[in-house]
Amino acid sequence: MATKVFMEALSPTMEEGRLAKWLKNEGDAVKSGDVLAEVETDKAIMELVARGDGILRKRLVAEGGTVPVGSLVGVIAAKDEDIATLVASAGAAAAPAAAVAATPALAPAPAPRTAPVPAPVPAPVPAPVPAGASVATNGGRTLSSPLARRIAGERGLALAGLAGSGPGGRIIKRDIEAAAAAGPAASHQQSAGSRRHVEAGTEYTDVALTQIRKTIARRLGESIGPIPTFYLTAEFDLERAAELRAAMGDAFKVSFNDIILKATATALALHPEVNAHWLGDHIRYWGRVHLGMAVATDDGLIVPVIFDADKKRLSEISAESKALAQRARDRKLKSEEFTGSTFSVSNLGMMQIEQFTAIINPPEVGILAIGAIEDKPVKGADGTIQFRKKLRVTMSCDHRAVDGAVGARFLQTLRRMIENPLMLVY
Amino acid sequence: MATFDAIFLGGGPAGYVGAIRAAQLGLNVGVIEREGLGGTCVLWGCIPAKALLEASSIANRVKHAAEFGVMVGEVKTDYGVAMKRSRDVSSKNSKGVEFLFKKNKITWIKGTGTLGSGKTVKVTGADGKTETHTATKAVVISTGSRVKGLPQAGLELNKTTVISSDEALILERAPQAIAIVGAGAVGCEFADVFNAFGSKVTLIEAMPQILPLEDADSGVEVARSFKKRGIEVMAGAKLTSAKVGKSSVKLTVEAGGSKHELDVDIVLVAAGRAANTEQIGLKEAGVALTDRGFIKINERMETSAKGIYAIGDVAGPPMLAHKGEREGMIVAQVIAGVHFHPMNYGNIPNATYCHPEVASIGMTEAQVKEKKLDYKVGKFPFSANGRARTSGETEGFVKIIRDAKYGEILGAHIVGAHATELIHELAVARENEFTVEEIELAIHAHPTLSEAIAEATLDSMGRMIHA
Repeated sequence: MATKVFMEALSPTMEEGRLAKWLKNEGDAVKSGDVLAEVETDKAIMELVARGDGILRKRLVAEGGTVPVGSLVGVIAAKDEDIATLVASAGAAAAPAAAVAATPALAPAPAPRTAPVPAPVPAPVPAPVPAGASVATNGGRTLSSPLARRIAGERGLALAGLAGSGPGGRIIKRDIEAAAAAGPAASHQQSAGSRRHVEAGTEYTDVALTQIRKTIARRLGESIGPIPTFYLTAEFDLERAAELRAAMGDAFKVSFNDIILKATATALALHPEVNAHWLGDHIRYWGRVHLGMAVATDDGLIVPVIFDADKKRLSEISAESKALAQRARDRKLKSEEFTGSTFSVSNLGMMQIEQFTAIINPPEVGILAIGAIEDKPVKGADGTIQFRKKLRVTMSCDHRAVDGAVGARFLQTLRRMIENPLMLVY
Repeated sequence: MATFDAIFLGGGPAGYVGAIRAAQLGLNVGVIEREGLGGTCVLWGCIPAKALLEASSIANRVKHAAEFGVMVGEVKTDYGVAMKRSRDVSSKNSKGVEFLFKKNKITWIKGTGTLGSGKTVKVTGADGKTETHTATKAVVISTGSRVKGLPQAGLELNKTTVISSDEALILERAPQAIAIVGAGAVGCEFADVFNAFGSKVTLIEAMPQILPLEDADSGVEVARSFKKRGIEVMAGAKLTSAKVGKSSVKLTVEAGGSKHELDVDIVLVAAGRAANTEQIGLKEAGVALTDRGFIKINERMETSAKGIYAIGDVAGPPMLAHKGEREGMIVAQVIAGVHFHPMNYGNIPNATYCHPEVASIGMTEAQVKEKKLDYKVGKFPFSANGRARTSGETEGFVKIIRDAKYGEILGAHIVGAHATELIHELAVARENEFTVEEIELAIHAHPTLSEAIAEATLDSMGRMIHA
């Protein structure tokens, strides 16, 4: 007896769910209670569990696809059971779902580090069975053929965003060609900021400069100097961060700066496209986050590094940033403690600077300037004027590597993290 | 009168493999076949021909046995004995398919089928009785193809002096002189066999090279070997007249700027096959054909008539058993409603079992040129391969054509002993999109013929070691 897998209402207000990631492959044996997939609801990433035993015979929604609650997303059945009619019945429902999946999200929702990014290009495969065209990940790996990797590498295409049509959703040559043939819209998305993929567990990925990147670098460099910098300023609401600090109390004391560092590191892990080094003839996208923090000393500025900051707990970040700052002021930093950062943060908030621009620390391609936290009047939902804690951050971006939209997306993610600091627990 | 989920019309490699796969997927399957299971491949093609070629191989090998210190005395050949053995092998294979049908509970409906209305098939048995069977899900046409003569050249098949491969497979003795018209795989294979069994063989090909579908280098290599063994090879030849008599045929052939008069016992027509599309009710069922007379199908093997599918030779070239088999697997999966990978028609290996053997996959150098691709060629001769030297089979080469930029294996061509076995390393590589780098990185055992493949990939990168 086949068990249908439905998109379940995983939160009281959930109306649709985005299938962020399949955790079981077609053909995998599953037991009741096994986690089949991760589903992104309106609130969080939740787990979709099996309601029966058998083999996961069919995945009816590709990763990244969004379907209404109650839609059939998979079939669990015995090895030889005929599920053709079940699958066919889902066909009608699957079509609109696929259309939703193909629409790039306006605000990219934060996803777990290993989750595949939404495909920037609609899957070009007219396969009658939707399962053939999923983004193939296997424990965070993107499955692809050697030839596909080589062509993608030469053309500076990110594999992670592509839909694979090979066995098990493997990305093969024709998928790369289909993506390239998808025209200027797709390539525009690519340059405008599809997220860079760095294979999990690798130190970094070097990507050769595409023609458009080379032209951007040359023209902007001619205009403004060696590092054509532009600035993005955003104001974040810190009320919930303040609530968090209050709740944590003295026993678990952390500073706003700690929360900002932690949020920045986590956001960087999700946006390797800004966690990068400009190396002249190529860009190095880092797979690890080594966060530089500018510290003023009597001798001048020094930038010690919190290594693998995205993997450290808030308390570790807090302790390490304090220790590093102290050692910097005591001139006790070893050289390896202030080299190797992949991105930096400078904070002049404690000096009541509302907003400023920081100078990029090359070869990094971005730096965040953190201003002071101020109580500002805002119009509340009920029309009354309220005072809320606000923070201005300005990101300096090296335009040779980071386009405006790319930097803006990073700041969007950072905003979500800082304005909903419970996300940092994830 | 019986009802099945799927009925296959024809039990050749496409039909019987499709039937087995469909049965595996839980369908109740009937296969209509009037002759023996296995079709042309098992009864009149691949299998019996390869049995004869093995005989030819032994004959050629023992001629050189003394060089290896093995004294066998005078070598005599008897085509009749080889033919009988070949028929035995063939019928054993056919029985094997019968066993597979029993194992998978597939019904063999003996007789000749015609499409009826809806998804029904009318079957006429050997006794002339007819019965109608119904398919609930699908009728699959897998009627295959048949030999054809060359009436336009005055060579209508008469089964005695003008024959096809069908008759050649059951000759009691090798003819004294035979002309083979058409030097594709079939023509080259029979030229090899009859040469080994003592016939004077003339191989006539209209295209400028023998094995015209293969890479030019392969055709040249086989022609050179054939000529060395005394086979007269006429490529770029024009058959200007054919006088067919009761016990001999006189041919006039223009080739190489001169006119040749041939007087032979038998002409074997090995040029082309016709799809079996007649007398099965295609028109009435609304099944459309292509311009070239094959049944028109889509990626799902569907014809223009709902519920009717077509696979194998009848559904278009290349007319190869392994192409039909794969289409059979696909159609079974389509009918059962399970996921399938579309057929990759660009990655079907070609195999010719003459000596030296010829095998290829992907594009020829001429095709790559025509597509204006930027490519590099790597080539390694078996004369430089240790294993080939030990067996004294140093004819031939491995040729790899790769994309200059990405290393994609655009085409691979092997001429030499066991070429038809060696080609599959490249079939797997291409199917998985390995580049020349991955082939070369895989360690090849020494001494093997396969090392020549690794060397050819190295050569394509300008790094050959052993030559």
